[in-house]
Amino acid sequence: MNTHDLRVIANRVRRRDLQAVFEAGAGHIGGELSVTDLLTALYFKIMSVDPANPRAPERDRLVLSKGHTALALYVVLAEKGFIPKDEIATFLKPHSRLNGHPNRTKVPGVETNTGPLGHGLPVGVGMATAAKLNRANWRTFVITGDGEMQEGSNWEAIMSAAQLKLDNLTLIIDHNRLQQGARLADTNDLAPLAPKLAAFGWDVQEIDGHNMDQICAVLDAGQIVTGKPKCIVAHTNKGHGVSFMSDNVAWHHKVPNEEQYNQAMTELKEAAP
Amino acid sequence: MNAPVEPAKMHDCRDAFVATLEQLGAANADIVAVCNDSVGSSKLAGFRDKFPERLINVGIAEQNMVGVGAGLANGGKIPFVCAAAPFLTGRALEQIKADVAYSETNVKLVGISSGLAYGELGATHHSIEDFAWIRALPNVPVIAPADRIETAAVIEWAAGFEGGCFLRLSRVGVPDLFAENHRFELGRANVLRKGSDVTLIANGTLSYRAMTAADLLDAKGISARVLNMATVRPIDTEAIVSAAAETGAIVTCEEHTVFGGLGSAVAEVVVDECPVPVPMKRLGVPGVFAPTGSANFLLDEFGMSPQGIADSVTDLLKRKR
Ligand SMILES: Cc1ncc(C[n+]2csc(CCOP(=O)(O)OP(=O)(O)O)c2C)c(N)n1
Ligand SMILES: [Mg+2]
Repeated sequence: MNTHDLRVIANRVRRRDLQAVFEAGAGHIGGELSVTDLLTALYFKIMSVDPANPRAPERDRLVLSKGHTALALYVVLAEKGFIPKDEIATFLKPHSRLNGHPNRTKVPGVETNTGPLGHGLPVGVGMATAAKLNRANWRTFVITGDGEMQEGSNWEAIMSAAQLKLDNLTLIIDHNRLQQGARLADTNDLAPLAPKLAAFGWDVQEIDGHNMDQICAVLDAGQIVTGKPKCIVAHTNKGHGVSFMSDNVAWHHKVPNEEQYNQAMTELKEAAP
Repeated sequence: MNAPVEPAKMHDCRDAFVATLEQLGAANADIVAVCNDSVGSSKLAGFRDKFPERLINVGIAEQNMVGVGAGLANGGKIPFVCAAAPFLTGRALEQIKADVAYSETNVKLVGISSGLAYGELGATHHSIEDFAWIRALPNVPVIAPADRIETAAVIEWAAGFEGGCFLRLSRVGVPDLFAENHRFELGRANVLRKGSDVTLIANGTLSYRAMTAADLLDAKGISARVLNMATVRPIDTEAIVSAAAETGAIVTCEEHTVFGGLGSAVAEVVVDECPVPVPMKRLGVPGVFAPTGSANFLLDEFGMSPQGIADSVTDLLKRKR
C-alpha cells in the first residue's frame, strides 16, 4: 500500500475515533489522534498479521502500551477486519468487548492487556526473546506514551532488551510532549529521549510521527541494526488534526460538545487526502 | 439502582477530601501532597495553587511516589500520597509493605476512585483487591468512608494520627449519611440504623445502598440493622459480635472482591469470636474481572442494588434458626 492510501485510512480512523468518543461521552481523544498514523502504518504497511487467524504463531506483534488510547486500536483493528466495523458503536457500552483499555481475551488482534502504564515494553521484551528462542523472524512493536516513559519498569526493560540484543524489537515512543495533567517539561521532563536510549545501547531514530513516508521508511525491516533493539522517537502532537485540540493539554480525555465535535469533524474531512 | 436520590444531593467525596486537606495544610506547613500526574483526578489543583512547593508531582511513577512519601515522612513531613487506587496499591504494593508498613512511616496513602469507580475503563482500573492487599499488612489501618462528612472526618483524623494508613475514597456520588459534626474513631463502627432481624455491614459507596435496602426490608416487616464499618482493619470486633448475638444474621456489602475484603474480615470475627456462629452472606464482586459498564451498573449487576441486597437478606433469613 502506498503512503497516500495510508493517509486516507488514517484520516478515516481519526473521524471514526472522534465520532465514537463523542457518542460514548468518553475516551482519550488527544492520545488517540497522536498515535493514529503510527498504528495505521503498522497494520496496513509494516506488520504481517491475518485477521482470519489472529493468533497465527508467525504473526508480527504489536503492543499498545499506552492502553488508554485503545479506541484508536479498535478502529484500526476494525478497518483491518479483526472485528466488525459496526462494533465500534458499542465502545464502553454495558457488556461490550470494547472497554476503555484493550483486552486480549475479548478482542482478536490484541496481544496483551494494557491500561496501567509501563507494562507493554517488558512484555514486548519477552515476545522478542521468544522469537529469538524459536529462531523465528516475526517482529515485535511496542508503542508507549512519552509520559509513560516515566515508569521505571520501562527502563528495566530497556536494559534487558539491549543485554539480550533484541534487534527484532522496536519501541515507538509517541512523543507528544504532554501527559495527563500537564506538559512533560512541567512534570518530570524526559526530553531529550534519543540520547538516553542511545546510552542504554539502543539504535535510535527520530521522525515526524505524522509523516507517513518517514514512518514507513523507519519501520522497514531493512533498517534493522544487527544486535540492537530499535527505538523510534516519533515527534507527534497530542490531538493532531484538530486545530483546537492539537498540543493542548486540556484534550487528554476531554469530550467535545456538539459544536466542537462538528468543527473537529469538518476539519478532519477537509484534511482528507 | 432502584432508589435514586436527587443528583444535587449526591456528593463526590474527593471534594470533601481536598477541602479538608487544604484547611489542614493552611494550619500545618508540614502537610504535603505527593501524586503521579494525578493533579486533576486527585483534585489537587487547589492545594497546588495554595501551596505550590508542597505538591510533589513525581510523574507517572507510583513506586517512586510511595518511596518519596516515606522519605518525606522521615524528614518530618506529613505526606498525603494520592493516586488512583489501583495504581497506588497494585503498582506500589512492595513499597507500601517495606517503606510504609514495615518501616512504620507516617505516610497517608489516599486511594482515589477506588472500587469500580472507573467502571467502563475496565478491570485494570478497578481497585477491588485493595482491602485484601493492604489489610494483610501490619501497621496500616484500612479505612473506607461512606459519605463526604465521614471523608472529611477521616482526613482530619489521619493528619493527626502518628503512622501510615490507607484511605480508600471513591468518586461515585453518595448522599449524606452522617451528621455534620461527626468525628471519626479508628476501629469503631457506627450504627446507621437500628434493627433486630439481621445486620447489614457495609462501607464506602455501599453504606448508602445498604441503608436503602433496609428501607425496602422494613416495608416487608424485616428489621435490618445497618452498621457502617469504615475501618476494615483494625476491625470492630465488639460491634460484629453484638450484631451476631442480637440480630442472628449478617450480610456484608462491599465494592471489592468477596475474596479477602470486608466480608472476609467480618467472617473471621464471626468464626473466631462468636460463641455461636450465625448465617452470613458476603456480597461483593464474585471473584471475576468485571464486564464493561459504569460503577453503579456493575454494582447492580453483582447483586448490590438495594433490591438485590434486600433479596439476599430474605434468602439468608431462611437459613436463620
Ligand atoms: C500506572 C498508571 N498510572 C497512571 C495512569 C493514569 N494515566 C492514564 S493516561 C496518563 C497520561 C499518559 O501520558 P502519555 O504516556 O504521554 O500518553 P499520551 O500523551 O499519548 O496520551 C495517565 C497518568 C495509568 N493509566 N497507569
Ligand atoms: Mg504524551
